[in-house]
Amino acid sequence: MLTKRLIACLDVRDGKLAKSVKFVDTKDIGDPVEKAREYYRDGLDELVFYDITASSDRRRILLDVVEAVAAEVFIPLSVGGGIRSVSDATDLRLAGAEKINVNSAAVQRPALIAECAEAIGSQNLVLSMDIRRVDSDANCPSGYEIVINGGRRPMGIDALQWALDGEKLGAGELVVNSIDADGTRDGYEITLTRMLSEAVRIPVIASGGAGTPEHLHEVLEAGKADAALVASMVHYGDYRVSELKSWLHGRGIHMRMSW
Amino acid sequence: MTATIIDYDAGNLRSVARACAEVGLAAKITADPRIVSKASRIIFPGVGAAPSAMKSLKRGGLDAALIDAFHAGTPMLGICLGLQISLEYSEEGDTPTLALIAGRVRRFDFADKRLKVPHMGWNEVKPVRAHPLLDGLESGDAFYFVHSFFPQPEDASIVYAKANYEHDFCCALGVQNYFGVQFHPEKSGRVGLRLIEEFASWDGTPCSPNA
Repeated sequence: MLTKRLIACLDVRDGKLAKSVKFVDTKDIGDPVEKAREYYRDGLDELVFYDITASSDRRRILLDVVEAVAAEVFIPLSVGGGIRSVSDATDLRLAGAEKINVNSAAVQRPALIAECAEAIGSQNLVLSMDIRRVDSDANCPSGYEIVINGGRRPMGIDALQWALDGEKLGAGELVVNSIDADGTRDGYEITLTRMLSEAVRIPVIASGGAGTPEHLHEVLEAGKADAALVASMVHYGDYRVSELKSWLHGRGIHMRMSW
Repeated sequence: MTATIIDYDAGNLRSVARACAEVGLAAKITADPRIVSKASRIIFPGVGAAPSAMKSLKRGGLDAALIDAFHAGTPMLGICLGLQISLEYSEEGDTPTLALIAGRVRRFDFADKRLKVPHMGWNEVKPVRAHPLLDGLESGDAFYFVHSFFPQPEDASIVYAKANYEHDFCCALGVQNYFGVQFHPEKSGRVGLRLIEEFASWDGTPCSPNA
């Protein structure tokens, strides 16, 4: 039986680790390579790098970070932020990324999902979705809307429909990131996560809002997520990766417990 | 000691090379069958699809070089697709494969459609008999898997470990100087690196010296 996964997300800006609250007010909090090493040794199941600058001239910095981490961290590495083409994806794969996350560019040009799935395999292609709660209407009957460009641009696209479209186009996994919950530490968006987990047949990673171990438990159980993504909780030293995994394991969640 | 990593357009080989470097095993990535013939040990990795992989192996003459190396007793480690291709036949694209080992590769096909395919993530590897490459493996140790097909060797006595995804399936098999794993040791943290480290010093005999 597959374990549930604990994933840490490192937002990288200009080669430094950054953390945002509700996608604004970003601040630097350390060296991503050092953090990656620390989490790997402490039993992390998967690591995600999100390049929040993602301008093409800075792309080299991200590739260097991925390469440095891949040389000493032997768990799946996932990378996203500003991926617009198959060659962006394959460059990152060569640098050592296992999985590639597409987000804004796929919303603007959905064929990107099919192209990347063809090039690197569906199992390595993750569709990352930034989602906010809205009043449900004809455009967004689920009551959740897709937002792009780091949370700045609402698209009037229904999140549930986009998840189903993404799966059909070849995404192998979904990251469900709630903008309302991001950085609040008040808990994941359970209703949204559960709705999407029940709708698709690919794994769902819950993101945004984790503040306590109970929040992780809630999203893995009630939210039916396959994996829980954390950031602030571990970056600021409030919790250790191993401590979170032990806590979840102790409450009956099937986790990988030896590393 | 140098490991020769077979390059046949089947996914990212550099992650395997990095894991070798981490355990002190020098590694050379090659698509040249002459180098494969002279290799002292071979890692046969692979992510991708069986039909295109077989086509690519045949085009370069790597298929014959691998079969020769197997019969010459060169220690070989097959990973994921590299394991699947060592059997006789894969249901993926209805593909005849290298036939180093008797058996087939089957697709996960579940009545319960809630079970996701590919089988992707960390899963427990349960040893069923001792093998030098599995030395040190403890109950509960999990490895990273990504696959939609699984090996089903004819001879059950060559199965060294199983994993469970709705049903038990073979995830490690060994015949003489060949050992194949369905999971990715290069992405499985310390337990995976240990398997590669054991391979670095393996003499190609299936019996554990302590067994």
